[in-house]
Amino acid sequence: MTASRTDLANARAQAHEWPLWEVFVRPKAGLDHKHCGSLHAADSKMALQLAREVYTRRQEGVSVWIVRSDQIVASDPADKAMLFDPMEDKVYRHPTFYELPPEVGHM
Amino acid sequence: MYTQAMDTAPKEERAAIRNADEVVAEQAFEAALDNEGFIEAKDWMPDHYRKTLVRQISQHAHSEIVGMLPEGNWITRAPTLKRKAILLAKVQDEAGHGLYLYAAGETLGTSRDQMLDALHTGKAKYSSIFNYPTLTWADVGVVGWLVDGAAIMNQIPLCRCSYAPYARAMVRVCREESFHQRQGYDALLTMMQKGTDAQRAMVQDATDRWWWPSLMMFGPPDDQSPNTAQSMRWGIKRITNDQLRQKFVNAAVEQAKILGVTLPDPDLKWNEARGEYDFGAIDWSEFWQVVNGDGPCNKERLAERVDAWNDGEWVREAALAHARRTAARAEKQAA
Repeated sequence: MTASRTDLANARAQAHEWPLWEVFVRPKAGLDHKHCGSLHAADSKMALQLAREVYTRRQEGVSVWIVRSDQIVASDPADKAMLFDPMEDKVYRHPTFYELPPEVGHM
Repeated sequence: MYTQAMDTAPKEERAAIRNADEVVAEQAFEAALDNEGFIEAKDWMPDHYRKTLVRQISQHAHSEIVGMLPEGNWITRAPTLKRKAILLAKVQDEAGHGLYLYAAGETLGTSRDQMLDALHTGKAKYSSIFNYPTLTWADVGVVGWLVDGAAIMNQIPLCRCSYAPYARAMVRVCREESFHQRQGYDALLTMMQKGTDAQRAMVQDATDRWWWPSLMMFGPPDDQSPNTAQSMRWGIKRITNDQLRQKFVNAAVEQAKILGVTLPDPDLKWNEARGEYDFGAIDWSEFWQVVNGDGPCNKERLAERVDAWNDGEWVREAALAHARRTAARAEKQAA
């Protein structure tokens, strides 16, 4: 994967491709911005404009974030087990772990 | 229609497993498929899966983009302002769908320019249907009714494709596409119910011309689709070509009745035993002729795409130069 991403970066540089941006849209006030896709744009101003054209043609959002894809730091899928499996046996982090007398009611 | 790439290209062969790590990785990959799970962009995947998906997704994207051409011609010729606004919105949707799909294809490690280059040099194909001409305004309606109808039927199963970025793109495409078929049928209904005899004849003529090519959109018959088993395993295809085609015919016959047009097939009749419509033999030699470059508009469509790309070069360069200069200026001021 690392090799193909390097190849991709090289191919882009050679081909004068516009950089890739990730698009996040807030569907309405009160909700989180959610990743909805990506697009190519020369700069941030153009990326915002295109995000509006490509991802909100039907009032899907009230706010858009864009970020250069190469600026995102992501966890490695190969580390998935190491990073996330240790939480599997920590059931005491969930409220349902505790059995309380019914008289206590909702707690 | 857009799974045609699966049927018209040679099968990618599975590479020999090289080391123990790959054996473990491939087990995880196969387990995800067994559980109808999803493969994400950075998960391990076999090379032949990656290659097949790049081909399928990029050719799907090309179909969306080339598919703008037959209808785009009619934007300035639409009969009313309402129809013009609708057609403009639809063609803009197709552009959007192409972009979602190119973005999904890029997650597999192939650049946008590489995919476009494959289209422009004729290496990559797009759906055969867009190599037919749209001669009258009724063609625009029939393209919505039959072509988009067939496309929707073909695309809905792809929302559950094993490759997650493709599946996500398809969810968005299908949600937006549902108006495309309805607007076409609505335009035809208007012509049939409120139009002149000449306009009704126009609808019938367009139906006659688009019916068989629309049936071909589902791809070759199952016994001539050698890649079907693998495509099914990977969830790139979930229903066979012939099953989808039959489903489409069953729905279209009823729609044609309501519209008041006849479908150009003397063998079309209800089969009580099967509970489905029988239909006549498809001329597959026409299909292969169009796929292999000799359809009515192959050269014209591709030339138009290549011209658009070349004409846009100075815009792409200028935008990049402007972005670089602005960034350099900002850096200088900060220093």
